[in-house]
Amino acid sequence: MAIKDFNAVKNIWVFAEQRHGKLMNVALELIGEGYRLSREMPEGTKVCGVLIGSEEDIAPLADELFAYGADEVYKLADPLLEQYTTDGYTKVLADAVEELLPEIVIFGATHIGRDLAPRVAARLDTGLTADCTRLDIDMNNYIDFLVRDTTCNTKGLTPEDPKKDLLKQTRPAFGGFLMATSIPPRTRPTMSTVRPGVMKKRDRDDSLKGTPIDVKVNLTEDDIKIQVVEVVKAAKELVSLTDADIICSGGRGLGGPEGFNLIREFADKVGGVVGSSRAAVDAGWIDHSHQVGQTGTTVKPKIYFACGISGAIQHLAGMQTSDCIVAINKDPDAPIFEVADYGIVGDLYKVIPQIIAEWDNAEDLANHAE
Amino acid sequence: MAYKIIVCAKQVPDTNEIKTNPETGTLIRDGVPSILNNDDANALEEALKLKDAYPGTKITVITMGPPQATEMLEECLAMGADDAILLSDRALGGSDTWATSNAVAAGIRKVVAEEGDFDIIFAGRQAIDGDTAQVGPQIAEKLGVPQVSYVKEFSIDGKEITVKRALEDGYELIKLQTPCLLTAIKELNTPRYMFINGIYKAMKYPIKVWNAADIGVDLNTVGLKASPTNVFKSFTPKPKEPGKKIEGDTDNDLAKNLLIALKKKHII
Repeated sequence: MAIKDFNAVKNIWVFAEQRHGKLMNVALELIGEGYRLSREMPEGTKVCGVLIGSEEDIAPLADELFAYGADEVYKLADPLLEQYTTDGYTKVLADAVEELLPEIVIFGATHIGRDLAPRVAARLDTGLTADCTRLDIDMNNYIDFLVRDTTCNTKGLTPEDPKKDLLKQTRPAFGGFLMATSIPPRTRPTMSTVRPGVMKKRDRDDSLKGTPIDVKVNLTEDDIKIQVVEVVKAAKELVSLTDADIICSGGRGLGGPEGFNLIREFADKVGGVVGSSRAAVDAGWIDHSHQVGQTGTTVKPKIYFACGISGAIQHLAGMQTSDCIVAINKDPDAPIFEVADYGIVGDLYKVIPQIIAEWDNAEDLANHAE
Repeated sequence: MAYKIIVCAKQVPDTNEIKTNPETGTLIRDGVPSILNNDDANALEEALKLKDAYPGTKITVITMGPPQATEMLEECLAMGADDAILLSDRALGGSDTWATSNAVAAGIRKVVAEEGDFDIIFAGRQAIDGDTAQVGPQIAEKLGVPQVSYVKEFSIDGKEITVKRALEDGYELIKLQTPCLLTAIKELNTPRYMFINGIYKAMKYPIKVWNAADIGVDLNTVGLKASPTNVFKSFTPKPKEPGKKIEGDTDNDLAKNLLIALKKKHII
């Protein structure tokens, strides 16, 4: 049943997703974001990490959550929770929410978070906003953001807005060309999934300690209708595009699959990982796991090198918020140049080997340039 | 063995065709075609493959949307679906994912009441206009059936289903039984094209249009006013400052000038 009494709820919960006893990076990012938000809420509001799994897997993780800023850690442990199942996790998490009444519950928008959160929200009949890239409580911060980063008309919006205490959940839609902020006017808890790689972890501080609280779970084998036979890690080259600081991406302009040899050499030199456009994947030049874009992975590296990528909207949707975009393309009219911070009009087969050759000299070059 | 399959689909604007006005930063929506959502085409294709393998299998496509969403349903019929239902009512307008799942679940219950239990509901993982991936799992919850999302491989033997569920770095091999709801990703299959006889059939097929009263849905659980999330503001990101074109007489100069620029801005 939906919780409609706003005074009955308190605290921010973070689903501290772990796989095989290892916390997902996004769990720590969300502890950091939850910490920040909790300090904008009424005094005494806590950020709480919620661990779900087998006792053996989750017990060692509590210290890490405390060190990254969690005020409390809840443990929902049961042998039946060793593998993620929608049924098992939904039941214990929804039960815990009804018992302990958090005001806000946030999840990483991983393949597991995006499976679990909608099911939990539907069971609790509460609202859920997907793939948030920004969360706000403080109205001044929110208005500053609108003025600084968006074309939103903020006329009439004041720090005293009647909706000022609600969680403002901002997310991209239409492949990133439109953004919307949603609010939860009617039910609690407020639930969101948040894109991995967007929020900031706090610095680890091992002097922060605490004692996790065991929450009793009520789960039987009959509650779980699916059977996870095995979990298989991809044998193919592991591509961690979301964690990469530098991505070197190739597109149709490479002309053929062998072009990715140069892109790999480039990525090796700069300490990056190899990405690609959909065109290169559809042409069969490289595996889908490398694909950046609306139907691939969304990335936000420090540097994104777009090599021979024209810049179709669906590709831009997946990389346009990178800190710095460098485009190398023969066609001076390619749309990629509209989003690039630095553009080189030239033959990538000639320019990239020169960048590779000069990469280690960058410091000297900069010192000697006027 | 023949199965009863329900496919949940959505008509969406083709976001690949959307452009922005570089001066104002606003979306240009005029002339943007409406299409069958990509992942939903994969959901329908998997149902059609099942029908190919098990003749007598019936595929019912259900959607919620404005009257023109019948165009998308005609496309589904022309690909080989047997029946098509549009849930359309002003009272359903402005629904968020929770309210949408209440309406679609009510529509599916009506199908069940008229034709008996379904075996599988196939839905797309997410729609390209909203990208939420929430409606499929929420329909499963409202109907009380298990779900598997991100399905990239599917097989069935009687009531026993085996699927691979894609993870970021691999997959889970999962077994479950009908009835259930599965959400499809593009790795699952390659959707077929419409075929001539299918197009003829679609042109004269009486697509069912059901309103809120027809599906008996509680009006306190659908539409804008019942939705637990409301849009507070919508806007576009500020257009990016124009970038810098790197100049140079030789390829080596271009490379050096790029590295100098990156270094001076402390990017590398």
